[in-house]
Formats: sequence, C-alpha cells, structure tokens
Amino acid sequence: MTNTAASGGKTEPGIKAIRLRHPWRNTFAVVLLIIVALFIADAAARPAYDWPAVGKYIFDQRISQAAFVTLQLTVYSMIIAIILGVTLAIMRLSPNPVVNSIAWVYLWVFRGTPVYVQLVFWGLIGTIYQSIDIGLPFTEPWVSFPTRVALSAFLLAIVGLALNEAAYMAEIVRAGLLSVDGGQEEAATALGMSWIQTMVRVVVPQSMRVIIPPAGNEVISMLKTTSLVTAIPFTLELYTRSRDISAVTFETVPLLLVASMWYLFFTSILMVGQYFLEKRFARGIGDRRPNKKADDATAAMTGVTPVIRGSGQPTVVLPPNDTTKGER
Amino acid sequence: MPAVTQTPMVVADRVSKSFGSNEVLKSISLEVRSGEVMCLVGPSGSGKSTFLRCINHLEVVSSGRLSVDGELIGYREANNKLYEMRPKEAALQRRNIGMVFQRFNLFPHMTALQNVMEAPIRVKGLGKSGVEANARSLLARVGLAERADYYPAHLSGGQQQRVAIARALAMEPKLMLFDEPTSALDPELVGEVLDVMQNLARDGMTMIVVTHEMGFAKEVADSLVFMDGGVVVESGVPTEVLANPQHVRTQAFLSKVL
Repeated sequence: MTNTAASGGKTEPGIKAIRLRHPWRNTFAVVLLIIVALFIADAAARPAYDWPAVGKYIFDQRISQAAFVTLQLTVYSMIIAIILGVTLAIMRLSPNPVVNSIAWVYLWVFRGTPVYVQLVFWGLIGTIYQSIDIGLPFTEPWVSFPTRVALSAFLLAIVGLALNEAAYMAEIVRAGLLSVDGGQEEAATALGMSWIQTMVRVVVPQSMRVIIPPAGNEVISMLKTTSLVTAIPFTLELYTRSRDISAVTFETVPLLLVASMWYLFFTSILMVGQYFLEKRFARGIGDRRPNKKADDATAAMTGVTPVIRGSGQPTVVLPPNDTTKGER
Repeated sequence: MPAVTQTPMVVADRVSKSFGSNEVLKSISLEVRSGEVMCLVGPSGSGKSTFLRCINHLEVVSSGRLSVDGELIGYREANNKLYEMRPKEAALQRRNIGMVFQRFNLFPHMTALQNVMEAPIRVKGLGKSGVEANARSLLARVGLAERADYYPAHLSGGQQQRVAIARALAMEPKLMLFDEPTSALDPELVGEVLDVMQNLARDGMTMIVVTHEMGFAKEVADSLVFMDGGVVVESGVPTEVLANPQHVRTQAFLSKVL
C-alpha cells in the first residue's frame, strides 16, 4: 500500500511515523494498583478475615479430603457427561427422526429444569422407587434390591451432575461438529474412509478447536456446581464440609476463604490444562512455520522470495525518486 | 501420449439425477475409455459437477446405470433388481476412484505428508514406512518434496491443489475425477496445477476433468463433452468441437469463454 494518490492530497515524502500514544492506560493502571494495594493492606489487618485461622484450616485433613472428593465428583461426572454429550450430539445430527427426537427430549428436560431441583429429585429416588427390579414387565422380577442400598449419595451426586451436564455438552459438541466445513467430510468419503474414520480422524479433531474453550468453561463450572450436591444430601464435598466445620467453630469467614482458595487452586490447574489442549488442537491453524530453511529452499527453486511480514513497526513507503530525505 | 485403449472405464447409460423436483441430469449417456482424458465443459448449473459426483457415489443417481471398470456404482444387481449399497460397499468402490475438489479440501490439521498418508494407512491398512516412502515420492512427483512437513495453511492455493492430487493418487486409483481443479486459484497459480495434470495424463491415467480451461482441453484432452441444462449437447475431439462447434448453445458458450 502506498500513501500517494489514495489520500487525495500531495505526498509529503519522508514522514516520520509516530505511534499513537495511550497516556490514559498508564494513568488508569497506576490508580488501580493503588486501590488494590490499599485493599490488601486493609484486608491483612482486618480481624474478621482471621488469617491465622485460615492458615490453620487450609491444610486441615478434613478440608483436603473434602477437596479431593470435590475433584472426584468433578472428574467422574464430567467424563460421563462428555461421553453422553458426544452421543447426544451425534444423535441430534442423525437423519433418523426417532434417534433425533430422543436427543431433543433429553435436552428439553435436562436443560429446562434447574440442576438443584434435579439433584433433589435424585436424592428422593430411593423414596419414589423403593426397589430396583430386574426382569420382564408384568412378571416376578429375577432380582430385586432396595434403591437406597444400591445407590449411595456419592453415586447419585455423580449421576445427577453428569446427566444435567451432558445436555449442555451435547450442544457444545454439536456446534463444534457443525463448524467443520462440509468439504472435509466429502474429501474423506471420496478417499474411501468410513463414516467412523471420517469422524474420528477428520471431523472431530477439527471441531475440537471450537469445542475446547466452552468445554473448559463447563469443567470449571462443574467444579463449582459440585457444591450443590448438598441437595441430595451429600455432605462430604468442599463447600458443605467447610460450612459444617464453621457451624461448630463460628469461623465462617476464614473457612469460606479456605474453600475459595481450594476452588481457585483447582480452577488454575484446569486452565493450564485447557491452554495446552487448545495449543494441541490449533495445529495447522497458527502462523508458525515449521522452519525457515525449507522456505528459502523453495524460494530458490521457484524463484519466488517469501514476503517479509511487517515487524510490527509502521512503515512509511517513500516515493522512489526521493533518496536524500529518505534516510530518516 | 499413450494410445487410448478400447476398454471402457466409465460407462453412463441414461443417467438422471433430481434434487426434489429439480432435474439436474437428464438421461446422460457417455463412455470414457481406459487411458482417456475427457473434459466436461459447460455453463455453471449445467450438471457437470453433479455428474462427476455421481461417478464416485457422492451423489446417488435417480435412474439409469453408471459403471466404473465394469462395476455398477452404488447399486448391487440381483434378480433383475437394483439394491442400494451399504455405505461400506460404496466406500470400497471409492478406493479406486480419486477425486480432486475445487476448494482442495485438504485436512488442515495434518501436514502435506500426513494428508497423503492418511487414506492408505486408514483405508487400506498398509504399513506406515512403506506408505511414507510412497507419499514422499508422490509429493516429489507434484514438485512439493520440500513442503512435505508444511500444514495446508502455509501453502499457496496451487501447492494445496497439488497436494490434493498427490493425496488422491496415494490410493492408486484407476480413475481420477477433477471438479474444477483450478477455478479457486489465482491466475498465476493455474499453470502449475495444469502441468501436474498434464503429466498425469501422459502417464496414462484415465481422467474426467470438469474445467473452464479451454487451453488444457485442447492440448491434453482426448475428448470434450459440452453440457448444458443437464444434457450432453455436443461431444467430440476437442480441437474440432472448439474450432467448429455445431450446436448453437455450444457456439454461444464458447464465444464467451474463448
């Protein structure tokens, strides 16, 4: 691009380009830093936070065990949710109207009711269905056992969280699959690849780029939603456990801080994991080139020199006849 | 150029195709012999791409018979009836038919080399080392040995299309279908793709090429078919059809593109 006739005016050769300055950014940053420093200084001294108590409970065995239970709830229910979600997404894209409707109704029910309400229902399942019978309908069951024995609160918590989450995962996966260009499936089919191969090797890897950011969101959201399983009631996870302790010791605020720190710790780990997953599935999309040598070799072969992209500095294109003023 | 044999490779017998009430192909009958290069030309919407896609069963023909190397495409014949094939059987037939698309459709998450290796490994179940050696020599054949480890996003359109040709050749097809292979390319990149195709023709590959490149049709093709409105309007030796079109519609079309 040249700066000649386009602007309509006469060209001033040898303009020195000065970048747009942003003085308010710096001012704002300084003001923010001062506010944060004041807040921290105040919080450190404020008795209500009771930092010694925070230090006492942060590695308390009851708390760290509860944190581990929270992590288990998250991981197990998420694994089930992803498997079920992928299945539902594929069902939603199926040309078979029966399969399609089943998925639609599932989504309608599980997205349409609050997860807390669903968890209360799962907690009541032992009351609603008092025994689990296996056998043919209208005949004596072959096996029968009481629901309360078969399904522990922990299991119900996982099932409740997973079934709700699957509905959301299904829509995320569906969006991802739809984002892949139809030509990809066609090319794979034309090569003789089966539908499964096309999905696994071509469509799904490309859809991951779209799926991972919202799915990461869902994992983090799930970590925090586990605090709702108290509705079942299941009381051994992080939040309920710390509430139980503070109910006895009256150290409410410190224990809330402890729970928050554990949640933040897990979330941070998950975010790091998400970063690497995103990097993995961005292969072929970023602008990194494998190596410069091959580039030069091809340039020599084809006689085409690779274009050197701007280094980030604004460039002023000088008229070719002007050589004296062009130095600066 | 090796002599075109008399063995028919593709035989279309009154092939029709409708999308809903829209009849895109109306009783197309033609024959492509083994080793022949046929160019399909015609205005957009004339059904030439649809016909090409019918040949490897990406579209299902509505009526008529279409066979490649003596095998009926997409249907099994038994008791005087045609039964639609299962996807698995159709996939088996497609192995022998290579296809190159207008928009390349390379797999963007794989390098050029991985693109070429994918189908022989996954579909034919061949060993990795042999496939890789073959893939590298195919990339060399299309002049891209140096770019084997590049992702498609880092290749020019012409280079991508050449990788796509190498990818199709990796399955050792008997027949190659080209669906406007140069239409999405910048003008200065068209030549490199046509060169690769010309070499392929010289090596005796049977090819059906949907194209607007009349120069290529004249120089490389053994036969030229002009389609319009879903029917074959005119066909013959390219130089004759191009120099002396018989039909009014052919004349009108050629006067616009030549």
